[in-house]
Amino acid sequence: MNITLNNNLESFDEARMTVLDLLRIKNFTFKMLVVKINGNLVRKEDYDSTFISDSDHVTVLHLISGG
Amino acid sequence: MFRKAQYQAILEETIRNTLKAKCVGIAGAGGLGSNCAVALARIGIGKLIIADFDVVSVGNLNRQYYFLDQVGMYKVDALKENIRRIDPAVLVEVHNIRLDPDAMVRIFVACDVLVEAFDLAEMKQMIAETAAIHFPGKPLVMGLGMAGWGNSNDMRVTYQENLIICGDGISEISNDMPPLAPRVGICANMQANETINYLLIE
Repeated sequence: MNITLNNNLESFDEARMTVLDLLRIKNFTFKMLVVKINGNLVRKEDYDSTFISDSDHVTVLHLISGG
Repeated sequence: MFRKAQYQAILEETIRNTLKAKCVGIAGAGGLGSNCAVALARIGIGKLIIADFDVVSVGNLNRQYYFLDQVGMYKVDALKENIRRIDPAVLVEVHNIRLDPDAMVRIFVACDVLVEAFDLAEMKQMIAETAAIHFPGKPLVMGLGMAGWGNSNDMRVTYQENLIICGDGISEISNDMPPLAPRVGICANMQANETINYLLIE
């Protein structure tokens, strides 16, 4: 499937994948994340049950301390 | 030359009049929040709503817009005073509070733009989540990655839906990477710059 991930078009071999799959495939191991699919927030407890569909716009924001 | 000066004066007046009608929320009054607030005040933003729970400490003075004689004051009170000294016409509403999602929604509901100016990643996560649920149409201008020094060209802005993210995205505060005035100031002023860019175009 093809999705827009953080403003970039990306292709994946998977026909179906959850948010957790995406994080594993991309090796996003960060502790503090905010994930949105088409603008809708996906909570951490829903990462393994929320599926990403072809042409979705996915935002994975990696939060780090400082300010 | 006269014409150019005249044009410039009219433009500045137009900018000032536009910003005068706008309200910006600032969540946190540390390195990002205090510097961003002052930049917005200097160009005549109408109203600032600022929330923080902390007091000014000596260690803050390496980057935050406070003065030695303000050590011990609540940051929101000190910042309000500093803005008043720059431009008393700027309305400053302060909330001396440790923000949680409910307070965030209540305090910042009327803002045209919300600036995320926390130091902790956990708080940045909370405001991004809260804004995604409660303020989907409101720009949230975040500061992510400004620790250390040098690498000025790595400081950039990315746009994702309602999020406007300022910083290099990777430089986290640590023992080797302290937050210092120049780079924190770059980030805070990028946040102020993106805020008025949105307000002037809108």
